[in-house]
Amino acid sequence: MNLLAPELTGLLYLAAAVCFILALKGLSSPKTARRGNAIGAAGAAVAVLTVFLSVRLENVVLIVAAIVAGCAAAVPVARRVQMTQMPQLVALFNGVGGGAASLVAILELSHNADPWVRLAVVFTMLVGAVSFAGSAVTVAKLQELISTRPLLFPGMPLAMAAVVLGAVTSGAVIILTGSVGWALALLVMGLAAGLLLVLPVGGADVPIVISLLNAFTGLAVAASGVVLGNVLLLVAGTLVGASGTILTKVMASAMGRGVAGIMFGAFRGGSTAG
Amino acid sequence: MEPITLLTVVVLAIFVGFEVVSKVTSKLHTPLMSGANAIHGIILVGAIIVAGQAGDPWLLAIALLAVVLATANLVGGFVVTDRMLEMFGGRKPARPPAGDAAKGEQP
Repeated sequence: MNLLAPELTGLLYLAAAVCFILALKGLSSPKTARRGNAIGAAGAAVAVLTVFLSVRLENVVLIVAAIVAGCAAAVPVARRVQMTQMPQLVALFNGVGGGAASLVAILELSHNADPWVRLAVVFTMLVGAVSFAGSAVTVAKLQELISTRPLLFPGMPLAMAAVVLGAVTSGAVIILTGSVGWALALLVMGLAAGLLLVLPVGGADVPIVISLLNAFTGLAVAASGVVLGNVLLLVAGTLVGASGTILTKVMASAMGRGVAGIMFGAFRGGSTAG
Repeated sequence: MEPITLLTVVVLAIFVGFEVVSKVTSKLHTPLMSGANAIHGIILVGAIIVAGQAGDPWLLAIALLAVVLATANLVGGFVVTDRMLEMFGGRKPARPPAGDAAKGEQP
């Protein structure tokens, strides 16, 4: 099968990116919200078809099987979920997206010697892992698998400082050497940072944190676009990162809260009384 | 990608991202978040590319896991957003609540 010409591929990705912009625009107004969502889904379908037609791929049967498995896992849950459980489902989808971005980045590490690309790999892995672990905690809190009260332990700020130091160190080693072993260490640091960030958040603030982690995953996807040299991932990720940040601020101020106060609760005894 | 092209694309996308959601009504905060969440599921494109180039079985297994996760994010995200909007009454005339699966059978 002949592959699509690079120009045509670029145009189709551009069409998908425009669909995503129209989707966000449509979702901002009650009249156009459903149509906006449908346009976003159509853009995603165009993008996925384009990648199959434009890149020489091995293992196509397995990839299609994995896509079918992903749909089979997600669609029934998404169709049947109760209204009250929608926030945790959104958080769950957000978390697995962050996890996927981390995995894509770690697999690309061995193909890239350029320090700037390795920096993008480090960023994608770290932020994706933070989003994955953080989202897992929000799901557990909303499902009341763990206490919705802020969870704190003595020395939490110290643990956070150690994790940040560990992440910076392993990130630097990865950029210099491209070591996969250190990449695993970085993943662990990212997961730990996600737990430490979200455990101290009180139940009332969880929706705002979900929105913030959504913006994080967007940024991770944008960085993965740099890793793979794919403009669509870069644009779509940046769009979500930017709009997610604004949305987080708007949501927080609608509840009379500040984002910084919510996120750094660990350093002053929890974000809310619970 | 040329660094300056990359920077241009990123900066423009940031401004577009800020602009398109700046006038959102508070009722639509959650669906908008959910829709944006679905959009970053487009990492599926990246997962497909790495899975399509993986030679080693272990690397392929990890890449396929990424494909499954990204698909759940992308497809599940759009489906749950649509359901949310359906429940919020995204359409003006309220649809009869019965018949979840029925699509446009009513005259």
